[in-house]
Amino acid sequence: MPATRPLHLAADIGGPPHYEARHYTALARLAERGTLDFVTLGDSFARPGLDALAVLARVAPATERIGLVPTVTTTHTEPFHVSSAVATLDWVSRGRAGWSPEVSTTEAEAALFGRRPAAPLADLWHEAREVADVAAKLWDSWEDGAEIRDEPTGRFIDRDKLHYVDFEGRTFSVRGPAIVPRPPQGHPVTVIDASAPEPRAAAVRHADVALVRAEDPAAARALREELRDRARAHGRDPERLRVLVSLPVELHTTADAVALAGLIGDWYEQGAAEGFQLRPAEPERDLALLVDGTVPVLQHRGLLRRFYPGATLREHLGLARPVNQYAHAGSPS
Amino acid sequence: MTKQLHLAAHFPGVNNTTVWADPRSKSQIDFSSFVHLARTAERGLFDFFFLAEGLRLREHKGRIHDLDVVGRPESLTVLSALAAVTEHLGLAATVNATFNEPYELARRLASLDHLSGGRAAWNVVTSFDAFTGENFRRGGYLDRADRYTRAAEFVATARELWDSWTPDGTPRPFAHHGQHFSISGEFTVPRSPQGHPVVIQAGDSGEGREFAASTADIVFTRHGTLEAGQEFYADVKSRLARYGRRPEDLKIMPGVTVVLGDTDAEAQEKAADIRRRQISPQNAIVALEQIWGRDLSAYDPDGPLPDIDPDPDSELVKGRVKVGDPFTVAAKWRALSEAKGLSIRQTVIETSGRQSFIGTPASVADRLTEFVTADAADGFILVPHLTPGGLDDFVDRVVPLLQERGVFRTEYSGPTLRSHLGLPTPVRKG
Repeated sequence: MPATRPLHLAADIGGPPHYEARHYTALARLAERGTLDFVTLGDSFARPGLDALAVLARVAPATERIGLVPTVTTTHTEPFHVSSAVATLDWVSRGRAGWSPEVSTTEAEAALFGRRPAAPLADLWHEAREVADVAAKLWDSWEDGAEIRDEPTGRFIDRDKLHYVDFEGRTFSVRGPAIVPRPPQGHPVTVIDASAPEPRAAAVRHADVALVRAEDPAAARALREELRDRARAHGRDPERLRVLVSLPVELHTTADAVALAGLIGDWYEQGAAEGFQLRPAEPERDLALLVDGTVPVLQHRGLLRRFYPGATLREHLGLARPVNQYAHAGSPS
Repeated sequence: MTKQLHLAAHFPGVNNTTVWADPRSKSQIDFSSFVHLARTAERGLFDFFFLAEGLRLREHKGRIHDLDVVGRPESLTVLSALAAVTEHLGLAATVNATFNEPYELARRLASLDHLSGGRAAWNVVTSFDAFTGENFRRGGYLDRADRYTRAAEFVATARELWDSWTPDGTPRPFAHHGQHFSISGEFTVPRSPQGHPVVIQAGDSGEGREFAASTADIVFTRHGTLEAGQEFYADVKSRLARYGRRPEDLKIMPGVTVVLGDTDAEAQEKAADIRRRQISPQNAIVALEQIWGRDLSAYDPDGPLPDIDPDPDSELVKGRVKVGDPFTVAAKWRALSEAKGLSIRQTVIETSGRQSFIGTPASVADRLTEFVTADAADGFILVPHLTPGGLDDFVDRVVPLLQERGVFRTEYSGPTLRSHLGLPTPVRKG
């Protein structure tokens, strides 16, 4: 683990559903006060709660630096709409968006849509990989600088910088280009919970951040190595994959918060992962102790930064802005 | 009390309304542009802020149309963010009923209503073309008749979902089995602050008018004259009783443009200049090609209309609604051009405008008031030609005059869009 790289910290702000914006805004602001890289918010069509992407869009103008990562389901939704909404979250947050693709596995969820029956997990994750793939293509379907506003020729855009994606998947096809121009980060950050084999196969191909669950630092390190090896096998640079250990936390006292800092620091120094996604049992209580108790200790140990060095979620994570797959630098136009 | 008028702001997006070459024209994508226009509208005590939708980039001669403003963020997500920087302004998204599913869209709209404290609205539109369908799982499978029955069933189903939680806040199973949707389960969102988000609908056909009368809270129209507006107004309002609704339960709001000057003559001159800039020489030829269905790029925009006939089977233009039978339109244009001695570009300028209110702030305030008091409209959706500052003058100079005349509010009377519109909270069914 390169010593120069800071530890990455994220927190989930789910828990029992709330239906007013101020609850989530307060939690995201708290996390931002602790200079966390991002917050996650789970979602499902199967249990009560608001649309997570809408919630984090509502949170965006009320925060300045924190990354915003909603769960977005890919099973009964339209990939074209999904890619537009995630790109728009990036626009309204000025480059702080991520998304966590998920699948809907149950007959109960299928019945909410009435379009097709539930499918095996492997098929659903195959489709989710295709959605991630087409989303990236749609985000790239507008090259940067496509908007030219060229008065002499009357052209608002340079259509040579717009591209049809012509994607043919097993269950859907998309012609493109996108309606939304390429978002500020190029691609919003893709976060995948890689605990199970099916999403893990998606994570090694598409994730910028993979979440893993492990009992001890050695197990986490082994998982991280496996993910990096498999990413490399798919032609990816493993240095462009961040692996975070997903940990449930329950903090009642400052002593708990300090103990957590000790555990995080020890795991990190043993090379378990590049950081942690913490899943509080009670976000309001636990996040306050985390920010006021755990974070200062980690900062004192020199493991955690004290301020945001950049503005975008990719900058927090030390991830470069992706090269556009349709742009050919230096090629004749 | 004098009849009150309602005002809404359209964010100018993908069209040739926007004079993008004007140095005051900024980004139509950056969130700061949305914030500016929304806050201006709220400063002017407008009822709501209105976003259109795009699902496929338009094509012309098999290539992406490149002359107009194009590219926009997704509406519901932008409006969720705008809910954070406004307090009262209604937030209206145009969302297609053809390429969405009731469960997901009802959930997204209910989420916006919760997150905004009761300010959400949905402009229901439909699409039938396979061209747009190429971006969706659904594809382009609906014919014209089916898209209306699907839209009507879509709205009805969404309302069943919005009503499905008990008053004490527990989800109650729902089941809808109809012609287009057969779905069941539990909705994830409690009844929202407005009960149902406000439903907006556009369309002027008999079917469209009936759909609006049976279903909508606002109908978005495009009627050019006072007389045409009055005819539409009387017709649509008379249809409401059939559905047990009162005339005031449906607000009629045409989309209009406003050009202000210190004198009427100055305003007229400004308006003419805006029209010339909206219809560039290149845009004039494209407009002509859309009617004729032929490549007319060799024609001089400052010369006469072509004497060849339109090609009725042309597929030259995609992603735009056809405006009528091309032979009829071409004949009309030729007659106009000959009578007034107009060039191609002048003819397009003459035929492509929408309802405009042009004059001093006082004369515009008078005309707007006249339209509303004469029952040609209940209010207006203003379509500025500049992003994002295109409503600044209207809010600063016209709104105070409307308030002086007693036809427009001086403060918001309630927190929700329904309260601005004077619409009751829908009664829960079932």
